[in-house]
Amino acid sequence: MSFDAHRCPNGHVTYPGHTLCPECGEKQTETIDLADRTAEVVTWTTSMATPPGVREPNTLAIVEFDVDGQSVRAIGQVTTDDVETGDDVEPVYAEELREPGEGIKEPESQDWDGYRFQPTQ
Amino acid sequence: MTVAVIGASMTQFGQRDVWIQELLSQAGERCLEDADVAPDDVDHLYVSNMASGEFEGQTGIMNALAHDLGVMPAYSERVDQTSSSGGAGIYEAWQSIASGASEMTLLVGGEKMTHKTTAEATDVIASITHPAEYKHGVTLPSFAGLTARHYLERYDAPRESLARVAVKNHKNGVNNPHAQFQKEVDMETVLESPIVADPLRLYDFCPITDGSAALMFTTEEKAQELTDDYAIITGIAGATDTHVVHERDDPTVMGGVVESGKQAYEMADVGPDDVDVAELHDMFTILEFLQMEGLDFAEQGEAWQVVQNGETEMDGRLPVNTSGGLKSKGHPLGASGVAQGYEIYKQVVGEAGDRQVDAETGLACNVGGFGNCVITTIMEAGQ
Repeated sequence: MSFDAHRCPNGHVTYPGHTLCPECGEKQTETIDLADRTAEVVTWTTSMATPPGVREPNTLAIVEFDVDGQSVRAIGQVTTDDVETGDDVEPVYAEELREPGEGIKEPESQDWDGYRFQPTQ
Repeated sequence: MTVAVIGASMTQFGQRDVWIQELLSQAGERCLEDADVAPDDVDHLYVSNMASGEFEGQTGIMNALAHDLGVMPAYSERVDQTSSSGGAGIYEAWQSIASGASEMTLLVGGEKMTHKTTAEATDVIASITHPAEYKHGVTLPSFAGLTARHYLERYDAPRESLARVAVKNHKNGVNNPHAQFQKEVDMETVLESPIVADPLRLYDFCPITDGSAALMFTTEEKAQELTDDYAIITGIAGATDTHVVHERDDPTVMGGVVESGKQAYEMADVGPDDVDVAELHDMFTILEFLQMEGLDFAEQGEAWQVVQNGETEMDGRLPVNTSGGLKSKGHPLGASGVAQGYEIYKQVVGEAGDRQVDAETGLACNVGGFGNCVITTIMEAGQ
């Protein structure tokens, strides 16, 4: 699996992708894999009241990647609750981020694998 | 066509033993009575509701309500804009009168939620998120935790300033007989309550609630025929921000609040200094700061100081959430925006009882998702 950000011909990058670029309305035509890059924690929380099928507690972070000088943010689970704003993190693949079918969404309606963020130090 | 509000009702918010159809009927019937309007005179009926299908398995509730209230053959429609369904209903109702399509429009908002566990209700609400968010177990409370941490760190705001919002709104809710909690809480209780989404704790969050509220709309001309006490909707606008919350340039700016507020102020030809009372969507304490800043009641990063200074208390320069807010009144999703309208209507016509403040112009800001969809409404007392 890859951790794909999406880029339009005008160079705007988003994660996740959209049908048309939210910035300029062009089609996003290119993907950039973020899986081997590091990011910086913008903010984080530890959620204690989680929905069905989600680990409890669930530490989450918004992180920022630098893609050719452009900042691209992503949200995801953190591998530990020992995290601080400003920490460097790297994506770590997980086959199942939450248990499909436990929550309200149809299991087939979306992917359930993805990347958690692990502090690099 | 100038649009007037001539009647309002709300039911007891809290844990109710009736289901959605009955909840809506109760508010609708009381609003017809309050406005002294016969069911036959209703041209349009709007029902604000986020998720009766998901919560209860009941769909088609606009038709159910139309039949129960006997307003057929009025046009009926269910309005869903998640947590801002109520505000969106006000916008729809306003459009129906302003366009001339209807001369008498009834809006009823309601939600039945408390029969679900907190985890289940949280999941229904979290289903509004993007799949890339949902698969990580992202919830609305977790967005609040992420944003609150960022706000406190970036603006060097004390944790206590968020607790002040909870303390204030609980204090206001004591005087609201319809509120879920009519009980004061102190700073210590808020700051020592269990962590829900660090740094936010239980008392930073609104409860899960059943309830309904309603408003009656007509033309100003018709209002003058029917009553001496009515309100005018002088400004109203809605706006949409990103679906994916982390894609916003600045996590502390809610673009939908800024844009809907700007448009509503322009339409009403007023500014933030002209607003005498405001109902803000305090689903989480941090949201009161973000809306105060987005609506220019405070500079960016400074709303916490305005709250700390007591300026948003009942006797402050801008009382915020005189109703007790979602925080103490409760948050039955589809009802909340309508109940905000109820409070502002009552304030500007001088019928707010123990909660009455000196107000000719009031503003309500109803937020869907985490600022994803926002409706700002400005009401003034009719002449």
